Amino acid sequence: MTTRRAAARSLPGGRRPLVQRVLALNAWAVYAFFYLPIFILMFFSFNAGRFVTIWEGFSLDWYRVMFANEPLMKALRTSVVVAIVSTIVATVLGTAAALALERYRRWLGKRTFDALLYLPVIIPDVTMAVMLLIFFATVDLNRGLNTIILSHVAFNISFVSIVVRARIAQMDATLEEAAADLYASRWQAFRRVTLPLIMPGVLGGALLAFTLSLDDVVITQFVQGPGTSTLPVFVFGLIKRQVTPEINAVSTLMLVASMVLVFGSLLLQRRR
Amino acid sequence: MSTPVGTPRLEAASERANRRRGLLLALPSYVYLIVLFAIPLVFVGVYSFASRSRTGKPELADWNLDAVAKLLDSTVLQIAWRSTWLALLNTVLCLLVAYPFAYYIATRRERVRNMLLLLVMIPFWTNFLVRTYAWRVLLDSDGLVTRLGEGLGLWGSMLFSAPAVFLGLLYGFLPFMVLPLYAAIERVDWSLVEAARDLYASGWKAFRRVTLPLTRPGIIAGSILVFIPSLGAYVTPDILGGAKTTLLGNYIVGQFLAARNWPVGSAVSMAILIVMLIATTVYFRSGGRTF
Amino acid sequence: MKRLLALLGVLALIATACGDDDTATTAATSAAPATTAAPATTAAPADPLQAAADACTPGQVDGDLSFYNWTEYIDPELIDAFEGEYGVEVIETFYDSNESMLAQVDAGGAVYDLIVPSDYMVTIMAEEGLLIDLNDSAITNLGNLDPTFTGLPFDPDGAYSVPYQWGTTGIGFAYEALGEDFTPSWSVIFEPDPSYAGEISLLDDSRETLGAALKYLGYSLNTTSQAELDEAVELIRGVKDSIKLFDSTTFDDNLVEGETMVAHGWNGGFLGSYDGISTDDYDAYEDFGYFIPQEGGVAWVDTMAIPRTAEHVCTAHTFIDFLLDAENGAALTNWNFYASPNSASAEFIDPEIIEDESIYPSDETFANLEFIADTGDFEINYQDALTAIKN
Repeated sequence: MTTRRAAARSLPGGRRPLVQRVLALNAWAVYAFFYLPIFILMFFSFNAGRFVTIWEGFSLDWYRVMFANEPLMKALRTSVVVAIVSTIVATVLGTAAALALERYRRWLGKRTFDALLYLPVIIPDVTMAVMLLIFFATVDLNRGLNTIILSHVAFNISFVSIVVRARIAQMDATLEEAAADLYASRWQAFRRVTLPLIMPGVLGGALLAFTLSLDDVVITQFVQGPGTSTLPVFVFGLIKRQVTPEINAVSTLMLVASMVLVFGSLLLQRRR
Repeated sequence: MSTPVGTPRLEAASERANRRRGLLLALPSYVYLIVLFAIPLVFVGVYSFASRSRTGKPELADWNLDAVAKLLDSTVLQIAWRSTWLALLNTVLCLLVAYPFAYYIATRRERVRNMLLLLVMIPFWTNFLVRTYAWRVLLDSDGLVTRLGEGLGLWGSMLFSAPAVFLGLLYGFLPFMVLPLYAAIERVDWSLVEAARDLYASGWKAFRRVTLPLTRPGIIAGSILVFIPSLGAYVTPDILGGAKTTLLGNYIVGQFLAARNWPVGSAVSMAILIVMLIATTVYFRSGGRTF
Repeated sequence: MKRLLALLGVLALIATACGDDDTATTAATSAAPATTAAPATTAAPADPLQAAADACTPGQVDGDLSFYNWTEYIDPELIDAFEGEYGVEVIETFYDSNESMLAQVDAGGAVYDLIVPSDYMVTIMAEEGLLIDLNDSAITNLGNLDPTFTGLPFDPDGAYSVPYQWGTTGIGFAYEALGEDFTPSWSVIFEPDPSYAGEISLLDDSRETLGAALKYLGYSLNTTSQAELDEAVELIRGVKDSIKLFDSTTFDDNLVEGETMVAHGWNGGFLGSYDGISTDDYDAYEDFGYFIPQEGGVAWVDTMAIPRTAEHVCTAHTFIDFLLDAENGAALTNWNFYASPNSASAEFIDPEIIEDESIYPSDETFANLEFIADTGDFEINYQDALTAIKN
């Protein structure tokens, strides 16, 4: 561990300053690429006019409109609840699946499971939407938040497990075995050794799942029930009206909230 | 992988225990995917051979191969071909941009790393549609990107053209590539790379011989996560590209919704599933072992 | 390991339990009798849901209303007013296409008391037995409807639907391209002047896009003749180079931003945009216009209907009645600029809206309009035609 960390520290400023500088430059360029449209998006949330593409002056009106818009706020809450719950469930299930596939050999049905795990990534959204709708109707399950979450978990397990597997693959198994001898229980060995080692993969998978859940519109709009439209479903349903800067305002709100959460928790960690 | 020492009997016992544990770990997601994916998928398989009804949901009485036959329609094949190229190009583009980027993040200090990773994802917690519209604003005749290009004398307005489509796809799928790459690179044992540097003269050679092979699982996972979903992408290409050509994504949505022709939508989806599954299996069996 | 499994179980339970807190989803739904195989004729006598509807009286409510609608298609103040007046809650759910709404209603398993299907969808749903026959005696304001909007072809007896709002498909344009003096014809798109060729957008919708070409060729836009359809495909293919894009979502924005000069689209979209960029000092109507081509265009009507998934049929009837009230109907139009089929509302509608010919076309223009109707299996051919154009 220590050697790795030391080496990592020696890398950035280390031997090849030119390469490092190019890498840094590329990284900042990519961040600029990521945030350029986001700044535009935030900018238009302060638009006085009702377009998300034509600037007509500064105003905070859309924020007022947004907070007063009950269906919109409800959709936002639904989206956040669905994203959080489905991310947690999918991350736990997906990580376990990744461990089973990478850490344990030749168990019953492994090959089938391996293939099955890829299918939700491959299948087109609308096809999955239709088949889940028919399935829920066939098993007589009333649609609502429950069916939305069940569906989101169904596609997110695969995404999480693919990211986590990329992390576990070729990781040294002896370390865990040594830990298993050291600690009393397997669970402790998992918590103290394996989990920290695969954490970057788990975190990446969870981030991906959260993002996919927040963005999904096609599947959600088929499996939703009364009063459970999510934010993307709400926005796509505006087809008879116009997408107004209200939606930019909601997006900005979510962006700022997540930034505050991220930097807040970071500050807390530092203090500890 | 197996326990280092021990009698054959002990070894066999531990092997059995290992198998049991593997199955137990996988069991929750195994059951979940069977119930909420494999079983519902049966409907799609069955519908591929049914006939269209007015509401969409096919009638099961009248079996036929019409929908399956449509797969061989030259139009459908052209659409599939076009989408495959688009997805392939997008995957290469994402990989080229994401690798050095993920490498940079993964080699920062631990505390900074997580924050940098989060900063990649946060833009995508905004609404998809307004995000795409923001790109429209940047790319239209008097958009920022257009003005920059004109100032440099390099490009004009890209809106409603192929470059805009690729820019939009690159933007949307880059995180899918960055996350697994980051997870793989972060794990690289740098002492190995150091040793390689001492061995080979050039850093490039060390990278190619050591770092790249070590991070291959990340490259494969990222490519899968980008290639497959971009095969079905259509909203971004439509808004930024002007929808002058049909892609697999539009085609399938058009069949399921506008035409209410679920049999053809199902047949095309099943074909994609089967082709992709065979492709990945062949890849992994033919020495392309990664995971 | 066991603890992990237990944790998973708990999470799954939470996930499922979360869904049950919405009042409307509990209890067995009335979806059971809604078998798709039901014959196209009206409901059988032994139909409890229909019987409940037939027993509704004006102003009666029988629970909260689950309203399945397009997003922001109704003034929230109207919802509040209804909730206040009748002491029930309105639970709103949203959709973005008739087809996804159809799939949900057809599947059952969710209580929706009131839906807003478009014209052709009413025919499909009614004939598939997915709608209940409305109880006219519970809708006292039915007489407020403009006679033009009763007995429309998609629901000749008005048995299943009550018009909600309506509009047209036509051409939005910049005067800069067409000048002040031009023939209002589809030829603006299909025989473009070189000055604006390449600056044209067409809707990205199989029926609308091909409908425009069919109308230009002098055919019905509901044709089921493959030869006529092929001719329309060739026509659009022939001008493909002058079409900048196919666009059903931002056609109006693209026009007012100058990305296009001539755009095929829905009147509500154009007018909303013209209105949106107008300021105290700038009148967008001087630069941009909208017309319905002389060969005829498309008229669409969105309606209110009660699906088989309903549980609170009397509240649904009362809500329909409420929106048919003269002032409430006007409020709807004043809020979203779509035309009202409610003639009693006229005096309460903003004069600027009612005098606008792009919202309320003259009688002769109106007579020239055609509704899109379901063409059965020929829908496949329309979709294939659009694919062929774009290949």
